Amino acid sequence: MQLRLRGDSILKILLAAAALFIIALVVTLAVELYRIAAPSIFQFGPNFLIGTKWKVNTNQFGALPFIYGTLVTSAIAILIGFPISLGVAIFITEKLKGHQTLGYSLGIIVDLLAAVPSVVFGLWGVFVLIPLLREYLERPLNHYLGFIPLFAGRNPSGFNFFSAGIVLAIMIIPTMSAVSRDVLNAVPNSQREAMYSLGATDWEVTQKSVLPYARSGIFGGFILGLGRAFGETMAVVMVIGNIPNISVNLFSSGYTLSSLIANEFGESSGLYESSIIEIALILFAVALLVNVVARLLLWRMSRGLQVKA
Amino acid sequence: MVTTESDLPASVSLQRKIVNKSMTILVLVAVVLAIVPLILILGDVFIKGAPAINLTFLTAKPTAPNLPGGGIAPAIEGSIVMVGLAALISIPIGVGAGIFFSEWSTSKLSTVSGFLNDVLTGFPTMVLGLFVFILLVLTTKTYSAYAGGFALSLIMIPIIARTTSESLKLVPTTLREASMALGVPRWKTVLRIVLSTGKNGLLTGILLATARASGETAPLLFTAATSTIFIKNLSQPTASLTILIYNYALSSVPNWVTQAWGAALILLLVMLALNLLVKLTIGRNLTRARMEM
Repeated sequence: MQLRLRGDSILKILLAAAALFIIALVVTLAVELYRIAAPSIFQFGPNFLIGTKWKVNTNQFGALPFIYGTLVTSAIAILIGFPISLGVAIFITEKLKGHQTLGYSLGIIVDLLAAVPSVVFGLWGVFVLIPLLREYLERPLNHYLGFIPLFAGRNPSGFNFFSAGIVLAIMIIPTMSAVSRDVLNAVPNSQREAMYSLGATDWEVTQKSVLPYARSGIFGGFILGLGRAFGETMAVVMVIGNIPNISVNLFSSGYTLSSLIANEFGESSGLYESSIIEIALILFAVALLVNVVARLLLWRMSRGLQVKA
Repeated sequence: MVTTESDLPASVSLQRKIVNKSMTILVLVAVVLAIVPLILILGDVFIKGAPAINLTFLTAKPTAPNLPGGGIAPAIEGSIVMVGLAALISIPIGVGAGIFFSEWSTSKLSTVSGFLNDVLTGFPTMVLGLFVFILLVLTTKTYSAYAGGFALSLIMIPIIARTTSESLKLVPTTLREASMALGVPRWKTVLRIVLSTGKNGLLTGILLATARASGETAPLLFTAATSTIFIKNLSQPTASLTILIYNYALSSVPNWVTQAWGAALILLLVMLALNLLVKLTIGRNLTRARMEM
């Protein structure tokens, strides 16, 4: 009896230590980033977030161009990636219903995109995708629709917001489609059958009874994809051109929060270094927010299903 | 379940039929748009990478940019060593936390830690790299394989913990009860009955996490940095395949760019093999593992 209790508590303490490690990790992460970023935080205060100048020799640092670049590229990625991901999920769960193996295989194929390392996306982006986009999309758009500010400028180089957004769109498709797929799979069949019995077409069933039921989960996947786009570094740093720039012109070079860190942290010191760590702190805060919201939505969805089942 | 137009009764209006049909087409277009980039990437990496691969490429050190030949052996070695280090750190912690999440799922520690663990899965890896820089590089004043391995372990821990807990939750409660009813203590039940029943899930998590860590670049930039020589000890800057691809791709040295494609092919083959192995065999029933990737 004595031995049993001792064994139980030893195991519990060991496992609890592992669980505590994860909490300690997140806390230390926040504290350490804040400690190193402090000089920059005290120097610039909230103005850091709206400052547009990034000048190393005069020690002026403002994060707005990078926040802007992150938002614009993520927005392009979501606008293109989200409908595609949802379409893939609908195809697998609704159109291929009853063809389990076929659906599972297609799912695996789409998931394989997630297995491609981001630096390989970057390599492919630089040498294959950018030349293609430049010749067949950016130059024609620029030539014929150049009067629209979005496509303005002269002779797009390909290293710009637009290309970065497209690369990000490809990268977040597997994340968003996998979550949407799991969520749509979890919608009970009675939900569909009720709608079919009223004489609805396939699309009406999907639109009026499957998607509304799954919406919080789909939104959770959407946010997770957004979080991935915000934080992605290597592929973006290779294709965005790396020039601090706030412009509605999608064909101009830009910079994002994470690509700034990758590109400039190595040669930074003093206030410069501390400003870059503050950029990391912004990324940390946004990632925390995005992931907390997404997880809460997904948790709510799975709890709701358990209650109903 | 797949309804064709002719299945729909005549009473369904033309407009509804058209909408239905067009949505089917749009959904198909989405599938094509999702698969085409994958085919293009795989195709390009194979076509451009294959010519670079030969024995020298796999076994030699890099040469100066203006000299032909040279290889990527130190980067292969560095990647294997750092991913190995990361596995050594992350497997005990990840599996331990995963068991705790599943077997003590009602405790407050489990809820909080499990939630933060999920949050960590979606964290920008660049930020994790900077954190390890502050923790290990600033204090030891050198880039090292240790720091690189630790940074990669932070990416592996949440994946392993989540897949472990999800697969242990699939172990039927009756098994635990049967074991306890025979007088087996709880710690033995957990280690001998629950763990061995759920071991496929554990293995899935570990393999997926290893694959993910092998492909990471951002966490290594400021922790392991880079090097052109083989590892002498673990507290010196260390090369890795991913950083090599990054540096070579942006080098505008033709020989190096070709080698970047070769290195990308090797990395991609490893990643695809690990992923397919998991998904076609042991991981089939673990939807959550798929979700976390």
